[in-house]
Amino acid sequence: MSAISREEVAHLASLARIDLSPAELDKLAGQLEVILGAVATVRQVAGDDVPATSHPMPLVNVTRPDSPCPGLTAAQALSGAPEAEDQRFRVPRILEED
Amino acid sequence: MATTSELIRLTAAQMADALARGEVSSVALTRAHLDRIAAVDGSRDADGVATGPGVHAFLHVSGEQALADAAAVDAARAAGEQLPPLAGVPIAVKDVMATQGLPTTCGSRILRGWVPPYDATVVANLRAARMVILGKTNMDEFAMGSSTEHSAYGPTGNPWDLTRIPGGSGGGSAAALAAFEAPLATGTDTGGSIRQPAAVTGTVGVKPTYGAVSRYGLVALASSLDQAGPCARTVLDTALLHEVMAGYDPLDSTSLTETRPDVVAAARSGDVAGLRIGVIRELHGSGDGRGWQAGVLARFDEAVEALVDAGAKVVEVSCPSFTAALGAYYLILPSEASSNLAKFDAMRYGLRVYPEGVADPTAEQVMAATRAAGFGDEVKRRIILGTYALSSGYYDAYYGSAQKVRTLIQRDFAAAFGEADVLLSPTSPTTAFPLGEKLDDPLSMYLQDVATIPANLAGVPGMSLPAGLADEDGLPVGLQILAPPNADDRLYRVGAALEAALERRWAAPLLDRIPALPEA
Repeated sequence: MSAISREEVAHLASLARIDLSPAELDKLAGQLEVILGAVATVRQVAGDDVPATSHPMPLVNVTRPDSPCPGLTAAQALSGAPEAEDQRFRVPRILEED
Repeated sequence: MATTSELIRLTAAQMADALARGEVSSVALTRAHLDRIAAVDGSRDADGVATGPGVHAFLHVSGEQALADAAAVDAARAAGEQLPPLAGVPIAVKDVMATQGLPTTCGSRILRGWVPPYDATVVANLRAARMVILGKTNMDEFAMGSSTEHSAYGPTGNPWDLTRIPGGSGGGSAAALAAFEAPLATGTDTGGSIRQPAAVTGTVGVKPTYGAVSRYGLVALASSLDQAGPCARTVLDTALLHEVMAGYDPLDSTSLTETRPDVVAAARSGDVAGLRIGVIRELHGSGDGRGWQAGVLARFDEAVEALVDAGAKVVEVSCPSFTAALGAYYLILPSEASSNLAKFDAMRYGLRVYPEGVADPTAEQVMAATRAAGFGDEVKRRIILGTYALSSGYYDAYYGSAQKVRTLIQRDFAAAFGEADVLLSPTSPTTAFPLGEKLDDPLSMYLQDVATIPANLAGVPGMSLPAGLADEDGLPVGLQILAPPNADDRLYRVGAALEAALERRWAAPLLDRIPALPEA
């Protein structure tokens, strides 16, 4: 596998919504290259005939009867909010200016 | 009346008996542990960061509430109420578990000051058992690490030598036990975070079968691998706590519905006559060059002999895919973690940081600035790695291949459990290394988990318990026992047999040999 470039790390950081400093980008690119080099061995282990396993046990969908039960009050739900207003989470604007 | 130093050295089972007989009050027991914490744990600054000398096992100590809870148990007992077996026994809770009214940070700056409005099911189970919560224990940030050095609030010291790591991610819980700051503690194990800290601190820890203990209210790291479990100083104490923590929970969609095995009876029995014990060739340092410490292998081999003397039969088993487990784990875990940690978005709870020099920033800019300031290096590293492994063009090569390895590991376990009733290996390739030694070398830190990871990938239960001290450094060595899914009782049966045999040989529990801690 080709080495992971600094530009690629910057793109991944923007996908992951983390502002990385230039120093962090340099350091991470080097470290990820070493880590990816080590974990890439998984590609040689299993043949095409091996099915993938995503979970240690067979998963079944679980539902419950749709019966009302107490939940958090608005005050409890907002108790950890960075900012709140009128019983709602107050958030920064979500649209770019046009 | 027993002294503080006598009370804190009792096992949880002895504490429960003394409470039931009215020989000691829960208030006295709780106060003894709070006094011990005050004496050896050290202090924290206004930001919660460890300062000065000390074990630094606790991020938050809940003294007043603990004493009030203890007094309520004493009053109920005095009134003749029937109480659960561990009622009034103190416990430390890993900071990954939501505790209503108690801060829960998961070792991260991004959750500094967050007080959950609800309890994790595990915590609700502890409260229903009338156990006394002393406080929250330190951990690697979001449980990512093998040394507790990745905590945003400073590392925890290993009570055997405060300049060394206590393991991770649950180093705070393990250190609290070894320092006699608590008789019991909770942990979570995604790749060894209960077992490896137990190994390097000379304590006991169990990762139950996947789904045996509810994940509701745990801060998720990798949901298909995460499993909460008990930590203690003896096999029986671990079983008593296991019994309290485990159980079906409708709030966890992966909660097991099967009848659970009786782990307490197994811990009291310790009968291994005729049991087939498989030593895993690939986890015994033979030929893989992964730096297995000689003293670790020596203590392991002695422990296997002790089990043979107790009547067990030994076979060697081969699990060839285990050599690829580490690679698969460090693709699957970051992939799941990068998705799980997306919830820390600065909108509903936790830290919010506005980017510098940006007028009227967007939610997305605030998110990116907050995650930059709130996450530590290891968390950023794994989120980026997981984002890479899941990105189009690389998904099949990395995440897809890792999932296939997971299938092969499950097949290896199935075949090995056809030949043996339990499997054995050292828990960790080395004893506790010095703080700071592997901090700038993530890959060498990851190698600490080489023996513990296969169990998480396959969902099988595992225990680590003390096997003695390594000759070269005098530090604790852990032995790992693995059993088939939902046969957790076998861990306790074998663990109890080994503990009894080794303590006869040592003429005392291993922790009797821990050096006295300085007053912090």
